[in-house]
Amino acid sequence: MKKLFALLMAAVMVIAMFAGCGSSETQQPTADSGETQGAEATGEATENAAAAGAIKLGMCGPLTGGAAVYGTAVKEGMEIAVEEINALGGLQFELKTADDEHNAEKAINAYNSLVDWGMQIMAGPVTTAPSTAVAGECAADGIFMLTPSASGVDVIEAGDNIFQICFTDPNQGTASADYIAEHKLGTKIGVIYDSSDAYSSGIYEKFKAQAEVVGLEIVCAEAFTADNKSDLTNQVTACQKAGADLVFLPFYAVEAAQVLTYANKIGYEPLFFGCDGMDGILTTEGFDPTLAEGLMLLTPFSADSEDEKTQSFVKKYQEKTGIVPNQFAADAYDVIYAIYQACVDGGVTADMTAEEINEIMVEQFTSMTFDGLTGAGMTWMETGEVSKSPMAVVIENGVYVGKE
Amino acid sequence: MSFLQYLINGISIGAVYAIIALGYTMVYGIAKMLNFAHGDVIMVGAYISFSATNYLGVPAVLSIFIAMAVCTILGIIIEGLAYKPLRGTSSLAVLITAIGVSYFLQNAAQLIWGATPKNFTSIVTSAPISLFGGQLTITGEVIITIVASAVIMLALHFFTTKTKIGKAMRAVSEDRDAAQLMGINVNRTISTTFAIGSALAAIAGVLLCSTVPTLQPTTGSMPGIRAFTAAVFGGIGSIPGAMLGGILLGVIETFSKAYLSSQFSDAIVFLVLIIVLLVKPAGLLGKQVQEKV
Amino acid sequence: MRIKNDRKTQLTNFLTYALVIVAFVILQYMSEGKMLTKSMQGYLIPICVYIVLAVSLNLVVGISGELSLGHAGFMGVGAFTGVIIAGIFRDTIDNEILRLALSMVCGGVLAGVAGFVVGIPVLRLRGDYLAIVTLAFGEILKNIFGNLYVGKDINGIQFAFSSEAIKLAEGGKMILKGPMGAAGIKKIATFPVAFVLILITLFVVLNLINSKEGRAIKAIRDNRIAAESVGINVTAFKLKAFVTSAFLAGMAGALFALNYSSVNASQFNFNTSINILVFVVLGGMGNILGSIISTTVLYLVPELLRELQDYRMIIYAIVLIVVMLVTWSPKVKQMIQVVQVRIKDLFKKKDKKGGSVNG
Repeated sequence: MKKLFALLMAAVMVIAMFAGCGSSETQQPTADSGETQGAEATGEATENAAAAGAIKLGMCGPLTGGAAVYGTAVKEGMEIAVEEINALGGLQFELKTADDEHNAEKAINAYNSLVDWGMQIMAGPVTTAPSTAVAGECAADGIFMLTPSASGVDVIEAGDNIFQICFTDPNQGTASADYIAEHKLGTKIGVIYDSSDAYSSGIYEKFKAQAEVVGLEIVCAEAFTADNKSDLTNQVTACQKAGADLVFLPFYAVEAAQVLTYANKIGYEPLFFGCDGMDGILTTEGFDPTLAEGLMLLTPFSADSEDEKTQSFVKKYQEKTGIVPNQFAADAYDVIYAIYQACVDGGVTADMTAEEINEIMVEQFTSMTFDGLTGAGMTWMETGEVSKSPMAVVIENGVYVGKE
Repeated sequence: MSFLQYLINGISIGAVYAIIALGYTMVYGIAKMLNFAHGDVIMVGAYISFSATNYLGVPAVLSIFIAMAVCTILGIIIEGLAYKPLRGTSSLAVLITAIGVSYFLQNAAQLIWGATPKNFTSIVTSAPISLFGGQLTITGEVIITIVASAVIMLALHFFTTKTKIGKAMRAVSEDRDAAQLMGINVNRTISTTFAIGSALAAIAGVLLCSTVPTLQPTTGSMPGIRAFTAAVFGGIGSIPGAMLGGILLGVIETFSKAYLSSQFSDAIVFLVLIIVLLVKPAGLLGKQVQEKV
Repeated sequence: MRIKNDRKTQLTNFLTYALVIVAFVILQYMSEGKMLTKSMQGYLIPICVYIVLAVSLNLVVGISGELSLGHAGFMGVGAFTGVIIAGIFRDTIDNEILRLALSMVCGGVLAGVAGFVVGIPVLRLRGDYLAIVTLAFGEILKNIFGNLYVGKDINGIQFAFSSEAIKLAEGGKMILKGPMGAAGIKKIATFPVAFVLILITLFVVLNLINSKEGRAIKAIRDNRIAAESVGINVTAFKLKAFVTSAFLAGMAGALFALNYSSVNASQFNFNTSINILVFVVLGGMGNILGSIISTTVLYLVPELLRELQDYRMIIYAIVLIVVMLVTWSPKVKQMIQVVQVRIKDLFKKKDKKGGSVNG
């Protein structure tokens, strides 16, 4: 048996070696460019890219596993944008996606494989933890990175060439507390948050800090973790017992649907208030949209918007996937168009090196104004943080209605 | 009053753990293997029920039976292809194939149903019962889940003590070689166990998703591990033990969230488990087997 | 017989060291000469880390015969200790190798202490009950690290379980931020250090296996009563093995964490423990060389399958099941033996034929 096993392992090793060698032969120059950023090596690498005539965009995100819903949404959104841009003629894009399983270690592997492929711009990653790791690499390697949805502050702190198209978490927490106080939406605030998730706990912390400043009373703050989020009944019960008349839910639509369903069952009717992660709740398959009546959320994107661009995107997305796009898909779509605009304005061509493109992009992004699905007149600060106004919407009769 | 409310919530989620744990414990008792793919069979069961009601328009109750049928067949196929060839070898080898099967089911489900979570429509339509002027609320799901888990436990108990196949199962779990010598078809008995365990998984899936409506390819994995913990807690291999372990686990989890710390509830649950195992090394209702020289 | 066996072990051990050293020399040469792709370069340290984890777990699972499902917990202890130590001494110890070594040793010691605490139930529990206790400890450790906040300012180091409990003076810096983990870590892990760690691991583990108790345990692994009757202190050896294994996992964890710019608690979950266990079982119980090879291969398989996109993980699952069936199933083994015999017969016949023609 041992012999057999050794034989088998040897065979697999040989195959692996071949695969490794195969890829190393073809991608030798790019590897060097990643390592040394040497001018000679990159020159060779870009010959390939120039031959293809397209700028190589890399995206990595969770395409399998528990967070796959976000990764796949981003992938589809980007693919639609790339198809549209390529159909225009002119500047061409080539998009390659890699799975990171929502894991920082795998994200680095995914990123490395994209660099080996010859990636010139990083359009990702999707979730915060992998993005923080990849951002460090992008900063070191001089590859421009624009993430659609990784909202943690640590992500953009990694370097000057790391940009976000979504709000940062603190921004959302502060904005939510301000909005609630300003419009006197509630006096006793309950919060339910995911303490194992960077996004959720990030928003919660800033919300709490700002709540003190503007004089909101938080009567209960209930946490859950990724391991026990399958049962959120206690957290809802706790808020009810504490007499909260507004419950702040800084997490994603999946868990929010659970909270709303259960609150409805026990006849608890406070005002529920969510963040951009909440978007998509109306279109969750099997969810009764009437339960979300009166739900308020701060979101930059609404699939029901009358706006022509949004309508066309939603239609294409539905044709492609059969479902209504969420905010992740819209952010991803905007990422590609923002990169496109910067490339066109900055005169980026496919034969430039990643480093050259990086410089142009940083310059463009800190000076340009971009109109996308998730906000008009977006600008970026030098830190990489986006500045756009969050829009408060309330769900009435199953559709988003904009609120001042 | 909130104490009672938490207790009911705890028993309700605990009852779901109990049904899953029953499947774990049966398979463990007879095949002596940790079937880590059990949680994923639950997920498949829930998806089948969801598809039957939402895409084919099958009534909710009927969809449970369809899910049970599909899961039974799936259980038999998995057992035959992935576990049977390894019978008689190290139990660790089977553990690893079970993990492989678990990965396979999760990824297959993602390819078939997509990664976007579905919101499972509860099979229970009755209105919740409100007591003490709205102080205490008991939802229909809670009642159904608790009743279902009790019925299943009793049925299993009856099945293993009174029927011929059930007795054969117990014999195989006691001593496989002796059972074989007594003319029991060990292979068929084990396959039957898998079939029953998988049918139970389908019911558990439907009830789990009725209580907790999020359905996605990884839905089964965490409750699966929780239920495995529950089965060990109660004494793995023991049917009443799985029931007791499941309900206790649910109640401890709920109370630690409510009264101690929602942040550290995972740690508290597992700490209690360790303490119980240190005091009673074979679980609450498990048999301490004397080793023979 | 005894001597022959000893020779065989010595030969295998020699082969193991030789393979590791040769592989290192080749890879280091290629790495220095920029002959590796960025991906290949990126795999080097994680593979070394997983090799150390697999070899150390093999000591518990393969030699002691105890199923442990919480190895990632010890890795996590090492990882977070390492990050904290490296963060504290970032400005005081300039030499990166020294800082890395100090972080790894501290990570290993703390993981070893955790291993000792977990190891006490080892004295009482067996088999699958031990498995669940290790799983439970892994989850508890993950839960604690997921809520730990560490900050550093001019006044010293502060630890807390909530962010507001830490009040940093001007210029202070958070090292660990609860669920958000640590970010902005300075990457100081290097391939040569990872190689040295493998050598240390091999030395420690092989010595323990080939010690008097180790050999005896291995020989009568499945019969504790028999072992006790020949006067071997089984529990003492098992505890020693368990703590050693945790110590090595902690060192590997620290190295792992300092190879990335960020790290968070959810990376050290049950799935990671399971993955390491898969490496061990596939490589063969108690077979150290097997662990090394299977870790390398299994780490690379999903990476090389990237081209398959959506089908990547499902193919990986199938590969895993098939490999398990092929290497473990008695029936398949029999079939292969039959085929081997037939092929041999075929060659023999050919030889005979050839011989007769020539003759």
